Amino acid sequence: MSDKLLDIRNLTIRFRGKRTVHAINDVSLSMEQGETLALLGESGSGKSVTLKALLGLLPPKRTDIEGSMHVNGTDVLSLSGKALQRYRGGEVSMVFQEPALALDPVYTVGHQIAEAVMRHKGVSKSDAMSVAHDMLERVRIPSARRRLSNYPHELSGGMRQRVMIALALACRPKLLLADEPTTALDATVQIQILLLLRELQKDFGMGVIFVTHDIGVAVEISERVAVMYAGQIVEEGTTREIIRDGRHPYTRGLLAANLHDVARGERLNAIPGAPPALETRPENCSFAPRCPLVEPACRAGLPPMRTPAPRRRVACVRAETPIAAE
Amino acid sequence: MLSYLIRRLILVLPVAFGVSVICFLLVQIAPGDPLTAIMPVDATAEEQAAMRAAYGLDKPLPVQYAIWIGNLAQGNMGKSIATGRPVAGEVFGAVQNSLLLAVSAAIIAFPIGTFLGFLAGYSRDSWIDRAVTALSITGVSVPNYWLGIVLVIIFSVNLGWLPSMGAGPGGSQSWAWDWLHLRHLILPAVTLAVVPIGIVARTVRALAGDILTMDFVQALYAKGMSRADVLRHVARNAAATALSVMGLQLGYLLGGSILIETVFNWPGSGFLLSNAIFQRDLPLLQGTILVLAMFFVAMNLIVDVAQAAIDPRIQRT
Repeated sequence: MSDKLLDIRNLTIRFRGKRTVHAINDVSLSMEQGETLALLGESGSGKSVTLKALLGLLPPKRTDIEGSMHVNGTDVLSLSGKALQRYRGGEVSMVFQEPALALDPVYTVGHQIAEAVMRHKGVSKSDAMSVAHDMLERVRIPSARRRLSNYPHELSGGMRQRVMIALALACRPKLLLADEPTTALDATVQIQILLLLRELQKDFGMGVIFVTHDIGVAVEISERVAVMYAGQIVEEGTTREIIRDGRHPYTRGLLAANLHDVARGERLNAIPGAPPALETRPENCSFAPRCPLVEPACRAGLPPMRTPAPRRRVACVRAETPIAAE
Repeated sequence: MLSYLIRRLILVLPVAFGVSVICFLLVQIAPGDPLTAIMPVDATAEEQAAMRAAYGLDKPLPVQYAIWIGNLAQGNMGKSIATGRPVAGEVFGAVQNSLLLAVSAAIIAFPIGTFLGFLAGYSRDSWIDRAVTALSITGVSVPNYWLGIVLVIIFSVNLGWLPSMGAGPGGSQSWAWDWLHLRHLILPAVTLAVVPIGIVARTVRALAGDILTMDFVQALYAKGMSRADVLRHVARNAAATALSVMGLQLGYLLGGSILIETVFNWPGSGFLLSNAIFQRDLPLLQGTILVLAMFFVAMNLIVDVAQAAIDPRIQRT
């Protein structure tokens, strides 16, 4: 393996159960050290599933995983037991969407940070507590020492998410997975949390995968963007490339659907239709039923992956065609 | 915490008053004249009136209540009509025996119930879960006096391993911590433990199952916690509710063991209560009910305080 931070190859995830769901279909993705990547897509596109797979959090009995995932050369899918515990939280950690639910309500926040530090660094409780205190200051929680002995319900939503970030970063992971960390927060708090994450990413030099459905958030935080649709990555590039020169009709739909340039009284641009149910493995372009530019080739088979530039790719038959003015 | 404790203690007062009034009135409402049970059939009206006056039954109710409470405050619960002995001594002796039985049953039931419930909750929808659920439903549904009789037939009559009657050798009323007495405790305690095993197992199963589906469990795994760590978190989360169920179960065990105590001739409060009812022994009945009810109130208090101590989300100030 190279010195890549993340290397996912041909990842396919299928959930078995009352009905089978093909959640992830042949996803490949790589990241360099210290890179920030936004995984952009609507609900059910497989963003969160990808993150959970990266931490080995999917229920093993009901999940079939094919392909490979390497983080810093470690084969994630081969980990189990103690090695998996060391990897989770040590190498890769996660910030959850709802901090109110992701923190244990009956332990103090200090304890919850300290127990992770003790687990990974093997230090004493008091040393772990001082790390926790340090981390709370790093995420700019006022009167951090007092907050250590607070319970999650005694903190505001923004504070809780700061605690969650402190917890995730306490053991200095190389890769941080942020699963829509600002969705549950007020708009003003969202921006503070985004700025905090961006700053901490620079300080700690870690890689970040930022899952979001909000293209504005993706632009704010990340250098690169990968657009997911129906369990596949349909387009990837630098943030600039995606914004200026989005080639996939779905990406363009997402870009057009934001509210910035809309005049009062004008109809909002929405993508018609809904994402497909993933009960069968897709055999042609999953976006074809909703695509304004659909042509017979789209329904004939899976779209080819075009690579117009290095580390830039689009899964669309029309990727070469320049964008017609819409 | 201290102010919570004090506030909670003050709240007990009206409850205790209500309980005492109900205890007092219940007996007044009950049909039948206690005197007919102890007076000779051919007693004259004067003799009956004298007896009634001797027990204070001729005064108006509020006065009777006031006298009753006044005596109660001095530890005097009156004399048993049937035996003439002080009620307080009888009740406390019996309650001690019942408490022994109830606590023994709890010591058997709570760990087993908790363990089974945890196991079932952790492996939801597996055969273990179904087995535990079937077991706990059976435990709750089987009439425990019937189970007691079956156990007596097996272990006392057929195998001859354990005694079936009383709290000690030769129908001894006084307890001692030796094998001769302990042998007598085993069968009734096991029988009594079956229902709370089922109830605790079902409660813990539901709690553990629910908590395990919460996001924070996944977050714990995500920060590298081991399965044992996660189970410790789950246990702490479930503890407050599980404890309250157990506390109330202990209350039921104490007061609700009438049938078991009758089957095993255990000289406890249930046994005393049924005797008091059949003999229309009002002072004894009142005293027993009052002590049991007060015990329930105390259990509730202890459970509330314990819950507040464990779960930070419960308002403590």
